[in-house]
Amino acid sequence: MQRSTRKKAVQGVAFSFLWIGAIITIVVLLVIVGYILYQGVPGLSWEFLTQSPKAGGKEGGILPMLVNTIFLVIASLAIAIPVGVLSAVFLAEYAKQGRIVRLIRSAAENLAGIPSIIFGLFGFIFFGKILGLGWSLLNGALTAAIVVLPTIMRTSEEALLAVPQSYREGSLSLGATRWQTVTRVVLPAASPGILAGLMLSMGRIVGETAALIFTLGSADRIAQSLMDSARPLSVHLYILAHEGISTPKAFSTATVLIILVLILNLTAAFLVSRANKNRKTKG
Amino acid sequence: MENAVKISVKNLNLYYGDLQALKEVNIEISENSVTALIGPSGCGKSTFLKTLNRMNDLIPNTKITGEVLLDGNDIYAGDCDVIELRKNIGMVFQKPNPFPMSVFDNVAYGPRVHGERNKRALQETVERSLKAAALWDEVKDRLSKPALGLSGGQQQRLCIARVLAVQPEVVLMDEPTSSLDPISTGKIEDLMDELKKKYTIIIVTHNMQQAARISERTAFFLLGDLIEEGDTIDIFKTPRDKRTEDYITGRFG
Repeated sequence: MQRSTRKKAVQGVAFSFLWIGAIITIVVLLVIVGYILYQGVPGLSWEFLTQSPKAGGKEGGILPMLVNTIFLVIASLAIAIPVGVLSAVFLAEYAKQGRIVRLIRSAAENLAGIPSIIFGLFGFIFFGKILGLGWSLLNGALTAAIVVLPTIMRTSEEALLAVPQSYREGSLSLGATRWQTVTRVVLPAASPGILAGLMLSMGRIVGETAALIFTLGSADRIAQSLMDSARPLSVHLYILAHEGISTPKAFSTATVLIILVLILNLTAAFLVSRANKNRKTKG
Repeated sequence: MENAVKISVKNLNLYYGDLQALKEVNIEISENSVTALIGPSGCGKSTFLKTLNRMNDLIPNTKITGEVLLDGNDIYAGDCDVIELRKNIGMVFQKPNPFPMSVFDNVAYGPRVHGERNKRALQETVERSLKAAALWDEVKDRLSKPALGLSGGQQQRLCIARVLAVQPEVVLMDEPTSSLDPISTGKIEDLMDELKKKYTIIIVTHNMQQAARISERTAFFLLGDLIEEGDTIDIFKTPRDKRTEDYITGRFG
Protein backbone atom coordinates (compact mmCIF):
# COMPACT_ATOMS: atom_id res chain seq x y z
CA MET A 1 0.00 0.00 0.00
CA GLN A 2 2.66 2.44 1.11
CA ARG A 3 4.93 1.30 -1.69
CA SER A 4 2.38 1.96 -4.36
CA THR A 5 1.62 5.46 -3.06
CA ARG A 6 5.33 6.19 -3.15
CA LYS A 7 5.61 4.91 -6.70
CA LYS A 8 2.72 7.10 -7.70
CA ALA A 9 4.29 10.10 -6.01
CA VAL A 10 7.56 9.54 -7.89
CA GLN A 11 5.64 9.31 -11.12
CA GLY A 12 3.72 12.49 -10.27
CA VAL A 13 6.94 14.42 -9.64
CA ALA A 14 8.49 13.10 -12.87
CA PHE A 15 5.41 14.04 -14.87
CA SER A 16 5.37 17.56 -13.48
CA PHE A 17 9.02 18.01 -14.51
CA LEU A 18 8.18 16.79 -18.02
CA TRP A 19 5.32 19.25 -18.15
CA ILE A 20 7.46 22.11 -16.85
CA GLY A 21 10.11 21.36 -19.47
CA ALA A 22 7.57 21.33 -22.27
CA ILE A 23 5.90 24.51 -21.06
CA ILE A 24 9.20 26.38 -20.73
CA THR A 25 10.08 25.49 -24.32
CA ILE A 26 6.79 26.79 -25.63
CA VAL A 27 6.82 29.90 -23.45
CA VAL A 28 10.35 30.84 -24.54
CA LEU A 29 9.38 30.46 -28.18
CA LEU A 30 6.17 32.46 -27.76
CA VAL A 31 7.89 35.22 -25.78
CA ILE A 32 10.65 35.70 -28.33
CA VAL A 33 8.44 35.51 -31.40
CA GLY A 34 5.71 37.55 -29.67
CA TYR A 35 8.11 40.28 -28.55
CA ILE A 36 9.63 40.62 -32.00
CA LEU A 37 6.22 40.70 -33.67
CA TYR A 38 5.00 43.22 -31.07
CA GLN A 39 7.95 45.50 -31.84
CA GLY A 40 8.19 44.78 -35.54
CA VAL A 41 4.66 44.52 -36.93
CA PRO A 42 3.79 48.25 -36.49
CA GLY A 43 6.68 49.11 -38.83
CA LEU A 44 5.50 46.69 -41.52
CA SER A 45 3.87 48.22 -44.57
CA TRP A 46 3.72 47.71 -48.29
CA GLU A 47 6.30 50.49 -48.64
CA PHE A 48 8.63 48.72 -46.24
CA LEU A 49 8.59 45.64 -48.45
CA THR A 50 8.84 47.43 -51.80
CA GLN A 51 11.23 50.35 -51.22
CA SER A 52 14.97 50.62 -51.03
CA PRO A 53 16.54 51.71 -47.75
CA LYS A 54 17.40 55.35 -47.34
CA ALA A 55 19.97 56.88 -45.02
CA GLY A 56 21.65 53.51 -44.45
CA GLY A 57 18.39 51.88 -43.44
CA LYS A 58 17.09 54.54 -41.06
CA GLU A 59 14.36 55.27 -43.59
CA GLY A 60 12.79 53.36 -46.44
CA GLY A 61 12.36 49.61 -46.88
CA ILE A 62 14.11 46.32 -47.39
CA LEU A 63 13.34 45.40 -51.00
CA PRO A 64 16.98 44.88 -52.10
CA MET A 65 17.66 42.67 -49.06
CA LEU A 66 14.57 40.57 -49.74
CA VAL A 67 15.58 40.12 -53.37
CA ASN A 68 19.21 39.43 -52.44
CA THR A 69 18.06 36.81 -49.93
CA ILE A 70 16.04 35.09 -52.66
CA PHE A 71 19.02 35.26 -55.05
CA LEU A 72 21.23 33.79 -52.37
CA VAL A 73 18.81 30.94 -51.65
CA ILE A 74 18.49 30.07 -55.34
CA ALA A 75 22.22 30.28 -56.06
CA SER A 76 23.33 28.28 -53.03
CA LEU A 77 20.69 25.58 -53.52
CA ALA A 78 21.71 25.34 -57.20
CA ILE A 79 25.14 24.36 -55.89
CA ALA A 80 24.15 22.34 -52.83
CA ILE A 81 21.25 20.27 -54.24
CA PRO A 82 23.15 18.43 -56.99
CA VAL A 83 26.16 17.80 -54.77
CA GLY A 84 24.12 16.83 -51.70
CA VAL A 85 21.47 14.69 -53.36
CA LEU A 86 23.93 12.92 -55.65
CA SER A 87 26.25 12.06 -52.81
CA ALA A 88 23.25 10.81 -50.80
CA VAL A 89 22.23 8.59 -53.73
CA PHE A 90 25.79 7.33 -53.93
CA LEU A 91 25.95 6.58 -50.20
CA ALA A 92 22.50 5.00 -49.92
CA GLU A 93 22.22 3.14 -53.23
CA TYR A 94 25.62 2.45 -54.70
CA ALA A 95 28.43 2.53 -52.18
CA LYS A 96 29.38 -0.72 -50.55
CA GLN A 97 28.52 -0.21 -46.89
CA GLY A 98 31.88 -0.18 -45.14
CA ARG A 99 34.70 1.96 -43.82
CA ILE A 100 34.73 4.56 -46.57
CA VAL A 101 30.99 5.16 -46.38
CA ARG A 102 31.22 5.52 -42.60
CA LEU A 103 34.08 7.97 -43.09
CA ILE A 104 32.08 10.11 -45.53
CA ARG A 105 29.09 10.06 -43.19
CA SER A 106 31.06 11.15 -40.17
CA ALA A 107 32.78 13.82 -42.28
CA ALA A 108 29.35 15.22 -43.15
CA GLU A 109 28.29 15.09 -39.50
CA ASN A 110 31.41 16.95 -38.42
CA LEU A 111 30.86 19.51 -41.14
CA ALA A 112 27.39 20.10 -39.68
CA GLY A 113 28.86 20.76 -36.25
CA ILE A 114 31.29 23.50 -37.29
CA PRO A 115 30.23 27.03 -36.26
CA SER A 116 29.17 28.96 -39.32
CA ILE A 117 31.56 31.85 -38.60
CA ILE A 118 34.37 29.39 -39.45
CA PHE A 119 32.78 28.80 -42.85
CA GLY A 120 32.59 32.57 -43.22
CA LEU A 121 36.28 32.91 -42.51
CA PHE A 122 37.07 30.06 -44.91
CA GLY A 123 34.95 31.62 -47.66
CA PHE A 124 36.51 35.01 -47.05
CA ILE A 125 40.05 33.64 -47.41
CA PHE A 126 39.60 30.80 -49.91
CA PHE A 127 36.82 31.94 -52.26
CA GLY A 128 37.33 35.65 -51.63
CA LYS A 129 41.10 36.12 -51.56
CA ILE A 130 42.65 33.02 -53.14
CA LEU A 131 40.05 32.49 -55.89
CA GLY A 132 39.54 36.24 -56.16
CA LEU A 133 35.74 36.26 -55.80
CA GLY A 134 35.85 39.03 -53.21
CA TRP A 135 32.56 39.98 -51.59
CA SER A 136 30.08 38.60 -54.05
CA LEU A 137 26.83 36.70 -54.49
CA LEU A 138 28.88 33.79 -55.87
CA ASN A 139 31.16 33.70 -52.82
CA GLY A 140 28.16 33.91 -50.47
CA ALA A 141 26.33 31.18 -52.37
CA LEU A 142 29.34 28.85 -52.31
CA THR A 143 29.83 29.41 -48.59
CA ALA A 144 26.13 28.99 -47.78
CA ALA A 145 26.10 25.85 -49.92
CA ILE A 146 28.83 24.37 -47.71
CA VAL A 147 26.84 25.34 -44.61
CA VAL A 148 23.72 23.44 -45.74
CA LEU A 149 25.43 20.60 -47.61
CA PRO A 150 25.50 18.24 -44.58
CA THR A 151 21.80 18.85 -43.92
CA ILE A 152 20.81 18.13 -47.51
CA MET A 153 23.03 15.08 -47.62
CA ARG A 154 21.77 13.59 -44.37
CA THR A 155 18.06 14.25 -44.91
CA SER A 156 18.26 12.95 -48.50
CA GLU A 157 20.11 9.85 -47.39
CA GLU A 158 17.60 9.17 -44.64
CA ALA A 159 14.73 9.65 -47.09
CA LEU A 160 16.35 7.20 -49.50
CA LEU A 161 17.01 4.62 -46.81
CA ALA A 162 13.37 4.86 -45.69
CA VAL A 163 12.20 3.70 -49.13
CA PRO A 164 11.12 0.06 -48.67
CA GLN A 165 13.62 -2.45 -50.04
CA SER A 166 10.70 -4.24 -51.70
CA TYR A 167 10.42 -1.40 -54.26
CA ARG A 168 14.02 -1.94 -55.32
CA GLU A 169 13.53 -5.71 -55.48
CA GLY A 170 10.37 -5.29 -57.54
CA SER A 171 12.07 -3.00 -60.00
CA LEU A 172 15.27 -5.02 -60.35
CA SER A 173 13.33 -8.27 -60.73
CA LEU A 174 11.59 -6.76 -63.77
CA GLY A 175 14.97 -6.33 -65.43
CA ALA A 176 15.47 -2.64 -64.62
CA THR A 177 19.03 -1.45 -64.09
CA ARG A 178 20.13 0.02 -60.78
CA TRP A 179 20.10 3.51 -62.27
CA GLN A 180 16.56 3.06 -63.65
CA THR A 181 15.49 1.76 -60.25
CA VAL A 182 16.96 4.79 -58.49
CA THR A 183 15.63 7.42 -60.87
CA ARG A 184 12.19 5.94 -61.59
CA VAL A 185 11.18 4.36 -58.28
CA VAL A 186 13.44 5.21 -55.36
CA LEU A 187 13.98 8.95 -55.86
CA PRO A 188 10.29 9.72 -56.52
CA ALA A 189 9.35 7.71 -53.42
CA ALA A 190 11.94 9.61 -51.38
CA SER A 191 11.13 13.03 -52.81
CA PRO A 192 8.88 14.33 -49.97
CA GLY A 193 11.64 13.61 -47.47
CA ILE A 194 14.28 15.17 -49.70
CA LEU A 195 12.08 18.24 -50.24
CA ALA A 196 11.61 18.62 -46.50
CA GLY A 197 15.39 18.68 -46.11
CA LEU A 198 15.60 21.34 -48.81
CA MET A 199 13.02 23.47 -47.00
CA LEU A 200 14.99 23.26 -43.76
CA SER A 201 18.11 24.19 -45.70
CA MET A 202 16.36 27.21 -47.19
CA GLY A 203 15.40 28.31 -43.69
CA ARG A 204 18.99 27.90 -42.63
CA ILE A 205 20.28 30.00 -45.55
CA VAL A 206 17.69 32.73 -44.98
CA GLY A 207 18.75 32.98 -41.34
CA GLU A 208 22.49 32.59 -41.87
CA THR A 209 24.49 35.68 -40.94
CA ALA A 210 27.96 34.86 -39.66
CA ALA A 211 29.00 32.95 -42.78
CA LEU A 212 27.75 35.71 -45.03
CA ILE A 213 29.12 38.95 -43.56
CA PHE A 214 32.63 38.12 -44.78
CA THR A 215 31.60 36.55 -48.06
CA LEU A 216 28.44 38.09 -49.47
CA GLY A 217 29.25 41.62 -48.33
CA SER A 218 26.79 44.31 -47.40
CA ALA A 219 26.00 46.48 -50.42
CA ASP A 220 22.41 47.63 -49.85
CA ARG A 221 21.16 47.37 -53.41
CA ILE A 222 19.88 44.55 -55.59
CA ALA A 223 22.78 42.47 -56.92
CA GLN A 224 23.14 42.85 -60.69
CA SER A 225 25.40 39.84 -61.22
CA LEU A 226 26.93 36.89 -59.41
CA MET A 227 30.02 39.02 -58.80
CA ASP A 228 28.12 41.80 -57.05
CA SER A 229 28.33 42.29 -53.34
CA ALA A 230 24.84 41.95 -51.84
CA ARG A 231 23.28 42.41 -48.41
CA PRO A 232 20.71 39.77 -47.38
CA LEU A 233 18.00 40.32 -44.75
CA SER A 234 19.98 38.70 -41.96
CA VAL A 235 23.04 40.91 -42.48
CA HIS A 236 20.81 43.96 -42.83
CA LEU A 237 19.28 43.16 -39.46
CA TYR A 238 22.72 42.73 -37.96
CA ILE A 239 23.93 46.07 -39.31
CA LEU A 240 20.79 47.94 -38.29
CA ALA A 241 21.02 46.66 -34.74
CA HIS A 242 24.78 46.58 -34.33
CA GLU A 243 25.44 50.05 -35.67
CA GLY A 244 22.42 51.46 -33.87
CA ILE A 245 20.89 52.77 -37.08
CA SER A 246 17.25 52.07 -36.29
CA THR A 247 15.81 49.72 -33.71
CA PRO A 248 12.24 49.82 -35.11
CA LYS A 249 13.54 48.97 -38.60
CA ALA A 250 15.63 46.16 -37.13
CA PHE A 251 12.55 44.67 -35.48
CA SER A 252 10.50 44.96 -38.66
CA THR A 253 13.28 43.25 -40.62
CA ALA A 254 13.41 40.55 -37.95
CA THR A 255 9.65 40.10 -38.29
CA VAL A 256 9.96 39.51 -42.04
CA LEU A 257 12.84 37.11 -41.41
CA ILE A 258 10.89 35.14 -38.80
CA ILE A 259 7.82 34.88 -41.01
CA LEU A 260 9.94 33.63 -43.92
CA VAL A 261 11.65 30.98 -41.82
CA LEU A 262 8.34 29.99 -40.23
CA ILE A 263 6.75 29.46 -43.65
CA LEU A 264 9.67 27.32 -44.77
CA ASN A 265 9.66 25.22 -41.60
CA LEU A 266 5.90 24.68 -41.72
CA THR A 267 6.19 23.59 -45.35
CA ALA A 268 8.91 21.15 -44.33
CA ALA A 269 6.76 19.77 -41.50
CA PHE A 270 3.83 19.39 -43.88
CA LEU A 271 5.97 17.50 -46.39
CA VAL A 272 7.33 15.20 -43.70
CA SER A 273 3.87 14.36 -42.39
CA ARG A 274 2.66 13.68 -45.91
CA ALA A 275 5.64 11.41 -46.52
CA ASN A 276 4.89 9.51 -43.31
CA LYS A 277 1.25 9.13 -44.27
CA ASN A 278 2.27 7.70 -47.65
CA ARG A 279 4.51 5.24 -45.91
CA LYS A 280 1.63 4.06 -43.74
CA THR A 281 -0.70 3.34 -46.65
CA LYS A 282 2.09 1.28 -48.09
CA GLY A 283 1.21 -1.19 -45.34
CA MET B 1 2.69 -36.19 -72.06
CA GLU B 2 6.03 -35.00 -70.72
CA ASN B 3 6.84 -31.34 -71.16
CA ALA B 4 10.27 -30.15 -72.28
CA VAL B 5 12.80 -29.20 -69.60
CA LYS B 6 12.86 -25.43 -69.04
CA ILE B 7 15.28 -25.11 -66.16
CA SER B 8 17.91 -27.60 -65.21
CA VAL B 9 19.85 -27.20 -61.97
CA LYS B 10 23.07 -29.18 -61.51
CA ASN B 11 25.05 -29.55 -58.28
CA LEU B 12 24.03 -26.13 -57.02
CA ASN B 13 25.66 -24.94 -53.80
CA LEU B 14 25.08 -21.54 -52.25
CA TYR B 15 26.92 -20.00 -49.33
CA TYR B 16 26.05 -16.91 -47.28
CA GLY B 17 29.53 -16.25 -45.96
CA ASP B 18 30.41 -19.44 -44.06
CA LEU B 19 26.86 -20.72 -43.94
CA GLN B 20 25.90 -23.16 -46.66
CA ALA B 21 22.28 -22.45 -47.54
CA LEU B 22 21.93 -24.88 -50.47
CA LYS B 23 23.68 -28.22 -50.74
CA GLU B 24 24.18 -30.02 -54.04
CA VAL B 25 20.74 -29.29 -55.38
CA ASN B 26 19.79 -31.12 -58.58
CA ILE B 27 16.40 -30.61 -60.15
CA GLU B 28 14.77 -30.31 -63.54
CA ILE B 29 11.77 -28.09 -64.06
CA SER B 30 9.54 -28.71 -67.03
CA GLU B 31 7.87 -26.15 -69.22
CA ASN B 32 4.26 -25.06 -68.73
CA SER B 33 3.85 -26.63 -65.33
CA VAL B 34 3.58 -25.55 -61.73
CA THR B 35 6.35 -26.70 -59.44
CA ALA B 36 5.85 -26.22 -55.71
CA LEU B 37 8.78 -25.83 -53.33
CA ILE B 38 7.89 -26.81 -49.79
CA GLY B 39 9.76 -27.16 -46.52
CA PRO B 40 10.05 -25.53 -43.10
CA SER B 41 11.19 -21.92 -42.70
CA GLY B 42 14.88 -21.46 -43.33
CA CYS B 43 15.20 -24.63 -45.39
CA GLY B 44 16.53 -22.79 -48.43
CA LYS B 45 13.50 -22.89 -50.70
CA SER B 46 13.24 -19.07 -51.04
CA THR B 47 17.00 -18.89 -51.46
CA PHE B 48 16.75 -21.48 -54.21
CA LEU B 49 13.99 -19.49 -55.91
CA LYS B 50 16.17 -16.38 -55.88
CA THR B 51 19.08 -18.19 -57.51
CA LEU B 52 16.89 -18.73 -60.57
CA ASN B 53 16.68 -15.04 -61.49
CA ARG B 54 19.88 -14.04 -59.70
CA MET B 55 18.11 -11.84 -57.16
CA ASN B 56 20.62 -13.21 -54.65
CA ASP B 57 23.22 -11.07 -56.47
CA LEU B 58 21.88 -8.26 -54.26
CA ILE B 59 22.93 -10.00 -51.05
CA PRO B 60 26.58 -9.38 -50.23
CA ASN B 61 28.96 -12.29 -49.49
CA THR B 62 27.05 -14.96 -51.38
CA LYS B 63 28.99 -17.61 -53.27
CA ILE B 64 27.52 -20.02 -55.77
CA THR B 65 28.90 -23.15 -57.38
CA GLY B 66 27.21 -25.48 -59.87
CA GLU B 67 25.04 -24.73 -62.85
CA VAL B 68 21.58 -23.31 -63.48
CA LEU B 69 20.63 -23.88 -67.10
CA LEU B 70 17.75 -21.94 -68.64
CA ASP B 71 16.97 -23.50 -72.04
CA GLY B 72 20.43 -25.04 -71.86
CA ASN B 73 22.34 -21.80 -71.15
CA ASP B 74 24.10 -21.33 -67.81
CA ILE B 75 22.71 -18.19 -66.17
CA TYR B 76 25.81 -17.96 -63.98
CA ALA B 77 28.16 -17.95 -66.98
CA GLY B 78 30.20 -14.77 -67.37
CA ASP B 79 28.42 -13.68 -70.55
CA CYS B 80 24.90 -13.97 -69.11
CA ASP B 81 22.97 -10.70 -69.29
CA VAL B 82 21.22 -10.36 -65.92
CA ILE B 83 18.80 -7.75 -67.29
CA GLU B 84 17.72 -10.11 -70.06
CA LEU B 85 17.54 -13.01 -67.59
CA ARG B 86 15.20 -11.13 -65.24
CA LYS B 87 13.06 -10.14 -68.17
CA ASN B 88 12.65 -13.83 -68.98
CA ILE B 89 12.19 -14.95 -65.39
CA GLY B 90 9.75 -12.74 -63.52
CA MET B 91 9.19 -12.73 -59.78
CA VAL B 92 6.20 -12.21 -57.50
CA PHE B 93 7.09 -11.50 -53.89
CA GLN B 94 5.68 -12.60 -50.56
CA LYS B 95 4.25 -9.19 -49.73
CA PRO B 96 2.57 -7.33 -52.58
CA ASN B 97 5.00 -4.58 -53.58
CA PRO B 98 3.33 -2.29 -56.10
CA PHE B 99 5.27 0.92 -56.69
CA PRO B 100 3.81 4.15 -55.28
CA MET B 101 2.44 5.18 -58.67
CA SER B 102 -0.75 4.63 -60.64
CA VAL B 103 -2.13 1.21 -61.57
CA PHE B 104 -1.28 1.91 -65.21
CA ASP B 105 2.28 3.06 -64.50
CA ASN B 106 2.90 -0.02 -62.39
CA VAL B 107 2.07 -2.39 -65.22
CA ALA B 108 3.77 -0.20 -67.83
CA TYR B 109 6.92 0.04 -65.70
CA GLY B 110 8.60 -3.08 -67.11
CA PRO B 111 7.93 -2.34 -70.79
CA ARG B 112 9.08 1.24 -70.21
CA VAL B 113 12.41 0.32 -68.64
CA HIS B 114 12.95 -1.98 -71.60
CA GLY B 115 12.51 0.94 -73.95
CA GLU B 116 8.85 0.90 -75.01
CA ARG B 117 7.67 4.50 -75.57
CA ASN B 118 4.71 4.05 -77.86
CA LYS B 119 1.57 5.02 -75.96
CA ARG B 120 -0.74 2.71 -77.90
CA ALA B 121 1.56 -0.26 -77.44
CA LEU B 122 1.80 0.47 -73.71
CA GLN B 123 -1.98 0.70 -73.39
CA GLU B 124 -2.41 -2.61 -75.16
CA THR B 125 0.24 -4.29 -73.00
CA VAL B 126 -1.33 -2.94 -69.80
CA GLU B 127 -4.80 -4.12 -70.79
CA ARG B 128 -3.59 -7.55 -71.91
CA SER B 129 -1.53 -8.03 -68.74
CA LEU B 130 -4.30 -6.93 -66.39
CA LYS B 131 -6.71 -9.26 -68.16
CA ALA B 132 -4.26 -12.13 -67.91
CA ALA B 133 -3.95 -11.41 -64.17
CA ALA B 134 -7.76 -11.41 -63.83
CA LEU B 135 -7.73 -7.85 -62.57
CA TRP B 136 -8.88 -5.84 -65.58
CA ASP B 137 -12.58 -5.74 -64.72
CA GLU B 138 -11.86 -4.49 -61.21
CA VAL B 139 -9.45 -1.70 -62.15
CA LYS B 140 -10.30 -0.66 -65.71
CA ASP B 141 -12.02 2.51 -64.43
CA ARG B 142 -9.24 3.45 -62.05
CA LEU B 143 -6.08 2.94 -64.06
CA SER B 144 -4.82 6.38 -63.11
CA LYS B 145 -5.51 5.89 -59.39
CA PRO B 146 -2.67 5.05 -57.00
CA ALA B 147 -1.94 1.34 -56.89
CA LEU B 148 -1.50 1.52 -53.12
CA GLY B 149 -5.24 2.17 -52.81
CA LEU B 150 -6.06 -1.35 -54.04
CA SER B 151 -6.80 -4.20 -51.62
CA GLY B 152 -4.00 -6.64 -50.76
CA GLY B 153 -5.32 -9.31 -53.10
CA GLN B 154 -5.72 -6.81 -55.92
CA GLN B 155 -2.21 -5.49 -55.27
CA GLN B 156 -0.78 -8.99 -55.58
CA ARG B 157 -2.60 -9.60 -58.87
CA LEU B 158 -1.32 -6.20 -60.00
CA CYS B 159 2.21 -7.41 -59.25
CA ILE B 160 1.49 -10.51 -61.32
CA ALA B 161 0.23 -8.29 -64.17
CA ARG B 162 3.38 -6.20 -63.83
CA VAL B 163 5.49 -9.33 -64.31
CA LEU B 164 3.39 -10.57 -67.25
CA ALA B 165 3.78 -7.20 -69.00
CA VAL B 166 7.44 -7.90 -69.74
CA GLN B 167 6.45 -11.24 -71.31
CA PRO B 168 8.54 -13.62 -69.24
CA GLU B 169 8.76 -17.35 -69.85
CA VAL B 170 9.09 -18.33 -66.22
CA VAL B 171 7.28 -16.80 -63.22
CA LEU B 172 8.74 -17.30 -59.75
CA MET B 173 6.37 -16.84 -56.83
CA ASP B 174 7.65 -16.53 -53.28
CA GLU B 175 4.72 -17.39 -50.99
CA PRO B 176 2.46 -15.12 -53.05
CA THR B 177 -0.66 -15.73 -50.97
CA SER B 178 0.80 -15.83 -47.47
CA SER B 179 -0.39 -12.29 -46.69
CA LEU B 180 -3.79 -12.66 -48.35
CA ASP B 181 -7.25 -13.72 -47.20
CA PRO B 182 -8.77 -17.04 -48.43
CA ILE B 183 -10.87 -15.43 -51.17
CA SER B 184 -7.91 -13.56 -52.67
CA THR B 185 -5.84 -16.71 -52.29
CA GLY B 186 -8.44 -18.68 -54.23
CA LYS B 187 -8.38 -16.11 -57.04
CA ILE B 188 -4.61 -16.29 -57.31
CA GLU B 189 -4.65 -20.10 -57.30
CA ASP B 190 -7.22 -20.11 -60.12
CA LEU B 191 -5.00 -17.65 -61.93
CA MET B 192 -1.98 -19.93 -61.66
CA ASP B 193 -3.94 -22.74 -63.24
CA GLU B 194 -4.62 -20.44 -66.16
CA LEU B 195 -1.09 -19.04 -66.35
CA LYS B 196 0.68 -22.38 -66.54
CA LYS B 197 -0.68 -22.87 -70.06
CA LYS B 198 1.69 -20.13 -71.20
CA TYR B 199 4.29 -19.87 -68.48
CA THR B 200 6.46 -22.08 -66.34
CA ILE B 201 5.60 -21.41 -62.71
CA ILE B 202 7.69 -22.14 -59.64
CA ILE B 203 6.05 -21.35 -56.32
CA VAL B 204 7.32 -21.42 -52.76
CA THR B 205 4.55 -22.18 -50.32
CA HIS B 206 4.07 -23.03 -46.67
CA ASN B 207 0.59 -24.26 -47.33
CA MET B 208 0.52 -28.01 -47.99
CA GLN B 209 -3.02 -27.98 -49.35
CA GLN B 210 -2.02 -25.22 -51.73
CA ALA B 211 0.93 -27.22 -53.02
CA ALA B 212 -1.32 -30.25 -53.48
CA ARG B 213 -4.05 -28.22 -55.20
CA ILE B 214 -2.05 -26.28 -57.74
CA SER B 215 1.19 -28.05 -58.59
CA GLU B 216 2.16 -30.92 -60.88
CA ARG B 217 5.56 -31.36 -59.29
CA THR B 218 6.66 -30.81 -55.70
CA ALA B 219 10.14 -30.46 -54.24
CA PHE B 220 10.76 -30.82 -50.52
CA PHE B 221 13.69 -28.91 -49.01
CA LEU B 222 15.17 -29.41 -45.56
CA LEU B 223 18.18 -27.50 -44.16
CA GLY B 224 19.48 -26.68 -47.63
CA ASP B 225 19.10 -30.20 -48.99
CA LEU B 226 16.62 -31.10 -51.69
CA ILE B 227 15.26 -34.21 -49.96
CA GLU B 228 12.75 -35.39 -52.47
CA GLU B 229 11.24 -34.20 -55.71
CA GLY B 230 8.61 -35.74 -57.93
CA ASP B 231 5.00 -35.70 -59.07
CA THR B 232 2.92 -33.89 -56.48
CA ILE B 233 0.54 -36.80 -56.19
CA ASP B 234 3.37 -39.19 -55.35
CA ILE B 235 5.01 -36.83 -52.86
CA PHE B 236 1.78 -36.45 -50.95
CA LYS B 237 0.45 -40.02 -51.26
CA THR B 238 3.58 -42.14 -51.18
CA PRO B 239 6.62 -40.13 -50.13
CA ARG B 240 9.82 -42.12 -50.43
CA ASP B 241 11.67 -40.35 -47.64
CA LYS B 242 10.63 -40.56 -43.99
CA ARG B 243 11.39 -36.84 -43.47
CA THR B 244 9.07 -35.86 -46.33
CA GLU B 245 6.31 -37.92 -44.84
CA ASP B 246 6.87 -36.42 -41.38
CA TYR B 247 6.74 -32.92 -42.81
CA ILE B 248 3.62 -33.24 -44.95
CA THR B 249 1.72 -35.05 -42.22
CA GLY B 250 2.58 -32.18 -39.88
CA ARG B 251 4.88 -34.05 -37.53
CA PHE B 252 7.42 -31.24 -37.68
CA GLY B 253 8.02 -27.92 -39.38
